[in-house]
Amino acid sequence: MATTPETTEQGSTFTGNRQKVAAHLTQNEPLLFEKSSPGKRGYRLPPLDVPEADAAKLLGDAARTEAPELPELSEIEIIRHFTRLSTWNYAIDLGMYPLGSCTMKYNPRVNEFVSRLEGIAEAHPYQPESLSQGALQVLHTLEKALIEITGMDTITLQPAAGAHGEFTGILLTRAYHESKGNPRRKVLIPDSAHGTNPATAAVCGYQVENLRSNQHGMVDIDQLAKQVDDQTAALMLTNPSTIGVFEAEIHKIADVLHSKGALLYMDGANMNALCGKTRPGDFGVDVMHLNLHKTFSTPHGGGGPGSGPVACKKILEPFLPTPVVRENADGTLRLDYDRPHSVGRVRMFYGNFGMFVRALAYILANGPDGLRQTTEDAVLNANYIRKKLEGYYELPYKTPSMHEVVFSDKKQQARGIKTGDIAKRLIDYGFHPYTVSFPLIVPGALMIEPTESESKEELDLFIDAMQQIAREVEENPLLVLQAPHATRVKRMDETAAARKPILRWKGAPSREPLTVDTAAKEW
Amino acid sequence: MRYLPKSDAERQSMLREIGSSSIDDLFSSIPAEYRLARDLDIPRQMGESEIVDFFKKAAAQNANGYVSFLGAGAYRHYRPVVIDALVQRGEFLTSYTPYQPEITQGTLQAIFEFQTMICELTGMDIANASMYDGSTGAAEAVMMAVRVTGRSGALVAKTVHPEYREVLATYAQHQNIDKQVLAYGEDGRVDLKALDAALTDQSACVLVQSPNFFGVVEDIPAIAEIAHKKGALLIVSIAEAVSLGAVRPPREADIVSMESQSFGVALSYGGPYCGVIAAKEKYLRQMPGRLAGQTVDKDGTRGFVLTLSTREQHIRREKATSNICTNQALVALMATIFMSVYGKEGIRELALHNLAKAQYASQVLSQNGAKLLFAGTPRFHEFVLLTDEPTDTINTRLLDDKIIGGLSLQRFYPELGNASLWCATELTTREQIDQTAKLLAGSHSTQPTLVHA
Repeated sequence: MATTPETTEQGSTFTGNRQKVAAHLTQNEPLLFEKSSPGKRGYRLPPLDVPEADAAKLLGDAARTEAPELPELSEIEIIRHFTRLSTWNYAIDLGMYPLGSCTMKYNPRVNEFVSRLEGIAEAHPYQPESLSQGALQVLHTLEKALIEITGMDTITLQPAAGAHGEFTGILLTRAYHESKGNPRRKVLIPDSAHGTNPATAAVCGYQVENLRSNQHGMVDIDQLAKQVDDQTAALMLTNPSTIGVFEAEIHKIADVLHSKGALLYMDGANMNALCGKTRPGDFGVDVMHLNLHKTFSTPHGGGGPGSGPVACKKILEPFLPTPVVRENADGTLRLDYDRPHSVGRVRMFYGNFGMFVRALAYILANGPDGLRQTTEDAVLNANYIRKKLEGYYELPYKTPSMHEVVFSDKKQQARGIKTGDIAKRLIDYGFHPYTVSFPLIVPGALMIEPTESESKEELDLFIDAMQQIAREVEENPLLVLQAPHATRVKRMDETAAARKPILRWKGAPSREPLTVDTAAKEW
Repeated sequence: MRYLPKSDAERQSMLREIGSSSIDDLFSSIPAEYRLARDLDIPRQMGESEIVDFFKKAAAQNANGYVSFLGAGAYRHYRPVVIDALVQRGEFLTSYTPYQPEITQGTLQAIFEFQTMICELTGMDIANASMYDGSTGAAEAVMMAVRVTGRSGALVAKTVHPEYREVLATYAQHQNIDKQVLAYGEDGRVDLKALDAALTDQSACVLVQSPNFFGVVEDIPAIAEIAHKKGALLIVSIAEAVSLGAVRPPREADIVSMESQSFGVALSYGGPYCGVIAAKEKYLRQMPGRLAGQTVDKDGTRGFVLTLSTREQHIRREKATSNICTNQALVALMATIFMSVYGKEGIRELALHNLAKAQYASQVLSQNGAKLLFAGTPRFHEFVLLTDEPTDTINTRLLDDKIIGGLSLQRFYPELGNASLWCATELTTREQIDQTAKLLAGSHSTQPTLVHA
């Protein structure tokens, strides 16, 4: 491919080679409200086969008198509106999405297909159990598979997302300690943890005590032993950690906690590094959540829906949320609500059922051999990237990587370039950025998680882009500082957004110009 | 494995480049005694056609082709096909939370449009990008009111969806929130006198649902006046979003927590659905969850970003307004498309169809012995029938004709006796209602013996 020269406003020339992407026009599109005009319709209801309702008479003062200002559009305009919007998004379906910790893997289409089968999509949560056996079978089969995969004894699928799973897991922990006579006061959380961990502990009424990582970014066993006492409810540990490293002394960690009656909670955000290779239940974990939208391929959908099942050991079983699925003597399934020690319900109905269907379809498509190969490929990909980039970016922790690798921008900082700038420049090369500035224990972190879904070709393109950017930082830092150059919008004013929040469209459309396309100038 | 884009030769060459002799080298940090030396005991790898068969069999064991009068927080409405066509575009389906606004403007603008339309419908100033669902949304709204007021009491109407109340109880148990249940009166609405008597200067909020679990529309202005007199916030939970096309928005509320499942989201045996919290602007800083805001880029071009994230867990950690991270973005997009399809006129027309069907159904179904409870109070599209026979007996009979009758209230409201909650939507036909009425005949009413909470 030919080298594409690029000129910034300052006139310096880009001599890199963008193999993955070429300039491409996208359509401009205003807000729905700015396109609306009275009288247009995108729907037609069938004729009413019962007498018309007089809202004023039936509802009295409770009748709505002024219509909400919803847009008025025809169907083709709606299709174009959202299709145009969609083309402004990056997605896994377009290419590698190496957001560390978020696990952006391929979302198989058969999952979408089966979740839309009529008997599944149209199942009402209160339809009789005799007419829900298929749905209960999905729940039950998925539960059994996840219990086997995690090596735990029992599970609830009810939590709606990972953070909701954490909440449920810590509630179980608390109920367990209460049953022993003392809920205990604090939860230990490593400084490398996801922000949801401390937020969860706080919601469950615990004090959060920070646990400092050692020089390898891992749990400092001596420090842990000092901090664990008879008021410690649990340690919330992500394993592999957020720097992508397996806690090799996990059994010692569990022993230290258990010797003081505390539990080991595992944040299962990184279960995709373990699936089929090792089981948390075997290495001392008492309770953990899974993210079906990470390890088990359900789509992220621009930020959800997720699903956060919680698997645990037998000691926590009595406290699981209501209801649980149980087998009748005749082999049929039922929902059991008679659970006197339950922590209660964490969500209405039974959880994000549609996500269970997708996750189960994924497990069936893989089988034991596929899940293991998936994990191996994810780890292989991360290590391949690490090997190819370690000469270009600082590797703060030399410990072996599992499914993700965390670099820092230390070398680039010397030229005034930060991780966020490199991330923006990566967009020009046709990739979604890695996770920026997380985990917090690595200043200026570049957290890269390729997942198993990337071919060697895609990985090599990514590696090439990252190497080129490293060179640009040396030769033409301005190019990186001003990136991205090719996007519809560039470097949004986030301070203004927060200082004077505009959170909804208001009133008549201003005559402000539509988005100005400046791509031609840059390319 | 068909999802994995690598040949064994490529794997080997990558291992060589890394300098590892085998893939197991890369797992050497896992202590040997914890490495799984066997296959997982799960079903074998299946071909795509086998997977489809598996789920077709499961689907066939669920209700198929039944007429249903079930509602109770999960509503059967027509879902325009453009919704599924659009949300299955990979750029929406397989995108992540829009942390990089330059390449996620599609999702961000759609969220901004969602927030705007939710404000329009609910009469609130601001709305967030979504919550998990109506039940957790209501619990988060109560926690929000506790933070805003610095008070700890929460008065919760017994007419709020019982499962929402169960979720709230779970959330509140370690938050030092003092929860009190508010009785309903003969009209199926919050008992205003009981409300007035229960409010104290420690009441953070009053949580009501409208239309409530019985389908009855609460007197929001009156409840608001009583709550505000004592300095408590009013939280209105809305389980049936379509009602807002015909029922006046709860403008007097301070916080509205809404379940948007009715806006084009499949029933899917209870989820995923889409909660959302809307509020008065002055409570912005205590709002949980993500918010999209309008701004400009360095060239002055309009665009959208996630904003005010200093409220959120990834910045504030244990001091965050909530631990919520992932929300229901794709489901919120479904709701956004639904609202654009129906639009200003359509949402009203749709709501009026629901109102008309339920009005007709409530009359016809209560002609042959069943009694309509709370008959004189304004309702949307659900109603409570009181029957001589137990609901289960009636429903079993109806199932023979492939009709799923109303939800028995035995589990949630045993004090109502043989009461059941029925729902009719625009999809319920006159023929179905008439046939059900015939089958209901033979059931005779008894006088309700109301035992109030």
